[in-house]
Amino acid sequence: MSLSSDDVKSIARLARLSISDQDIPVYARTLSNILEFVAQLERAETDGVTPMAHPLDMSQRLRPDQVSETDQRDLYQQNAPQVEAGLYLVPKVIE
Amino acid sequence: MHNKTLAELARELKSRKLSSEELTRAFLARIERFNPELNAFITVLQEQALAEARAADQRLAKGDAGPLTGLPIAQKDIFCTQGVKTSCGSKMLDNFISPYDATLVERLKQAGTVMLGKTNMDEFAMGSSNETSWYGPVKNPWDLTKVPGGSSGGSAAAVAARMAPAATGTDTGGSIRQPAALTGLTGIKPTYGRVSRYGMIAFASSLDQAGVITYTAEDAAMLMSAIAGFDERDSTSIDKLVPDYVAELGQSLKGLRIGLPKEFFDKGLDARVGDAVHASLEVYKKLGATVHEISLPNFWLSVPTYYVVAPAECSSNLSRFDGVRFGYRCENPVDLMDLYTRSRGEGFGAEVKRRIMTGTYVLSAGYYDAYYLKAQKTRSLIRQDFLDAFKQVDVIMGPTTPTPAFGLGEKTDDPVTMYLNDIYANGVNLAGLPGMSLPMGFVDQLPVGLQIIGNYFDEARMLAAAHQYQRETDWHTRGPAAFA
Amino acid sequence: MEWETVIGLEIHAQLATNSKIFSGASTAFGSAPNTQACLVDLGYPGVLPVLNKEAVRMAVKFGLAVNAEISERSVFARKNYFYPDLPKGYQISQYELPVVGKGNVEIELEDGSSKRIGVTRAHLEEDAGKSLHEDFQGMSGIDLNRAGTPLLEIVSEPDMRSAKEAIAYMKKIHSLVRYLEICDGNMQEGSFRCDANVSIRRKGDAKFGTRAELKNINSFHFVEKAINYEVERQIDLLEGGGKVVQETRLYDSKKNETRSMRSKEEANDYRYFPDPDLLPLEIAPEFIKEVEKTLPELPDQKRQRFVTQFGLSAYDAGVLTASRELADYYEAVVKAVGGEPKLAANWVMGELSGGLNKDNRELSASPVSAELLAGLLKRIIDNTISGKIAKEVFEAMWAGEGDADAVIERKGLKQITDSSALEQVIDKVIADNPQQLADYRAGKDKLFGFFVGQAMKATQGKANPQQLNDLLKKKLAG
Repeated sequence: MSLSSDDVKSIARLARLSISDQDIPVYARTLSNILEFVAQLERAETDGVTPMAHPLDMSQRLRPDQVSETDQRDLYQQNAPQVEAGLYLVPKVIE
Repeated sequence: MHNKTLAELARELKSRKLSSEELTRAFLARIERFNPELNAFITVLQEQALAEARAADQRLAKGDAGPLTGLPIAQKDIFCTQGVKTSCGSKMLDNFISPYDATLVERLKQAGTVMLGKTNMDEFAMGSSNETSWYGPVKNPWDLTKVPGGSSGGSAAAVAARMAPAATGTDTGGSIRQPAALTGLTGIKPTYGRVSRYGMIAFASSLDQAGVITYTAEDAAMLMSAIAGFDERDSTSIDKLVPDYVAELGQSLKGLRIGLPKEFFDKGLDARVGDAVHASLEVYKKLGATVHEISLPNFWLSVPTYYVVAPAECSSNLSRFDGVRFGYRCENPVDLMDLYTRSRGEGFGAEVKRRIMTGTYVLSAGYYDAYYLKAQKTRSLIRQDFLDAFKQVDVIMGPTTPTPAFGLGEKTDDPVTMYLNDIYANGVNLAGLPGMSLPMGFVDQLPVGLQIIGNYFDEARMLAAAHQYQRETDWHTRGPAAFA
Repeated sequence: MEWETVIGLEIHAQLATNSKIFSGASTAFGSAPNTQACLVDLGYPGVLPVLNKEAVRMAVKFGLAVNAEISERSVFARKNYFYPDLPKGYQISQYELPVVGKGNVEIELEDGSSKRIGVTRAHLEEDAGKSLHEDFQGMSGIDLNRAGTPLLEIVSEPDMRSAKEAIAYMKKIHSLVRYLEICDGNMQEGSFRCDANVSIRRKGDAKFGTRAELKNINSFHFVEKAINYEVERQIDLLEGGGKVVQETRLYDSKKNETRSMRSKEEANDYRYFPDPDLLPLEIAPEFIKEVEKTLPELPDQKRQRFVTQFGLSAYDAGVLTASRELADYYEAVVKAVGGEPKLAANWVMGELSGGLNKDNRELSASPVSAELLAGLLKRIIDNTISGKIAKEVFEAMWAGEGDADAVIERKGLKQITDSSALEQVIDKVIADNPQQLADYRAGKDKLFGFFVGQAMKATQGKANPQQLNDLLKKKLAG
């Protein structure tokens, strides 16, 4: 599996990563190598094998429906780059 | 005092021969002296540590101290620590002050340990050499031109250079065991679900597990008793009784069946590392264990499987770093897309971006079945191999890494070669099994590690096997001469 | 060209839990921004989701109510996309294995017939926050209080063929979730929201046309308008030789039009995969049985009972059982009156509903409680007042002037049932209208009504109508 520069650009866009033009060929090469390496998996015989999403063979534990959290907005927003009136600010959202 | 084990230091604290403050000062002084050279710490908590030490001394004086009270340790900077910068080795979180403590941190605090500082690591734990850290590489105290391993490289270097008597780590694909091996230390990655993941910044959620790096198995057992156990804040944490790991250290190894996977002793393994494994097995035979050749026929699938599963999960886990609620935000974003792409593009380093892109790709429409679903199936096969093996043997042993520590910069251009350094480690995470590494000798004057893989929740037996080996050998007492 | 409309609905019902689906933050509506967004809701580094049992119970309850299969094992998956109101960059939802499988509901159509609409699935997921577009230094503000509120997404089969059917289905689901007490159904606050997949095809075609997904249609009224607008748009497109493209369109209620959503234009590749932080959800048969025991009487069952128990028409029973509150109110009236279910039905559907509509009030805010209305009906039944006077009394009660007896007393509306008093009135009316009397007696029967009117006027409507009729007939006959 060999990725072109355009492939890298579209993956980067989907992942919301800016990549400089000069770095694109480097990513194209290393990502292609990785994909080629993992393509070994094709050789594994997996007919009838149940996919394993998780190492634990357990079911989901459930939590009682209780409110346990209090308002900590000021504390939590100390890490925020830009807030106003308790809101996180971002460039205008266009729908 | 800095060459003493946690167990020895604990006894001295208990007997009031030594105060926690003295001990803490001694390690802080060593950090001040050696850290500039090794770059093992991102944050050093001079004042906080001394305050905690004094509080511990009061507990010790009052006699309400636990087995760990007053012992200084270093925390990997992947664990959220309230009021303290938690960077995860990334520019993305260089300005991040955690408003809460990870469960592991909370438990160690309650046990009365003293936090010396936060250790350097590969960015978001993605690396095997500690070279992907935004804070620069960590150096191996045994040879400053070599890597200490990763991703818990800062923790390993800190303990190896005796800047801390023990440190926490996390292991997603070998990140505790491999650096422990490359720095001559004992490292344990418990069974998936044994230690809470709450507050540990996620890399790959179905693989991540916290553990510790120490001088000895006994020290590891002491810390494990504090950090293991159920946590209602982590759905994948297991509600199962935690044994007294220290009390179990003495369990007899008579009749212990050790499995030796023939696939581990193939090309790629430095023959001298293989020899060290075989020499270790002789020690075990003397202790009454029996050695059996076993086969893990799907072993060859573990690294490629890992490099689909781990990037897939990481690509999603790291989406929350978007410059909106915390972390790095680019200057003057022109629109939303620009805010996202530049904050993430500038905030993440090259390896993290590479893994996010790999993961994005393997999950994307048209490739999911060929990569992600396929890897879930091969993951099943890998686990099944282990389950089959544990029908025949009690523990599995082999090398932790194929070679001793490699040179700084040696593998940075070739990710796949770097990835193969964890060839013996990845499968253990994929299966969710517990694994350890302990010092078993030297190759080219560099330490190499013996890996022990246990059955699910069989940490006690694994630790006992390591402990009794350490009573017969002295590899674990050796330290790098430059940091004596 | 005859076109057929094909509609499927995706309804998002916020579940009425106290805490969020994966965190212990409150789900209360209307708090100051971000004061109910805890670390988990904010997607802080290191935090983990833990599933709320009540949300699961509510989903199972819904599944049972629509005759659906409840999955013994369902899986939470991550839907990955970047949006400022989605803190983690992924939404925890269910994809391949939802908690509720195939089910169905019956809807009643205007012509009195009913139609079965398939429910494809219902799954649990977390709600997103809100982007506020008021101007903050030229930026948008993000409030994450809503983030993590449990949602049940109810997906229908494309079984509806008109906007009217879509509304009937939506109302049915709305009524169901409220009966089940799993959602407050408040559409203004966004507790119950709807997206519609709309396509058209030539009548008789087996294949569906390309569909557009309409977002943001959050009232029954808008659903109809949005769908009708969209159908017209698609017909115009196809008849003009164009093509419908599969896309997400936003309904603008101010302009009454749908428009393509720019933000969703980029091909969505959600990269769903099982959430590794959450293990499979397993629901034991015992749990389902337990939930089954808590199921209330459902609208269809209640309607049937109203028909047999109270002798109501299917239509009236349908109206009265459309909401659980109304049905409960009605039954409370019947119980307090001790019978006369048809009279009670007429009043509940007539004066009461009319009053609520006129004042735009919820039943819970009605000034006339079931007990008050029952008190009024009792006075009709025991002939204290006539039905006509009762309406006057009702209005006074509505205005808060006290119970029926107090109003009747104060306004002196008590019916005259004293025969001698009535006779006096009649005698006077007859005496005052000799010409009419003569005409009547000469065979102008129609004049009977004139005498009734005069007598009623003289008694200010308080005469008992039946008694008045009888007495008048006797007297007029001479």
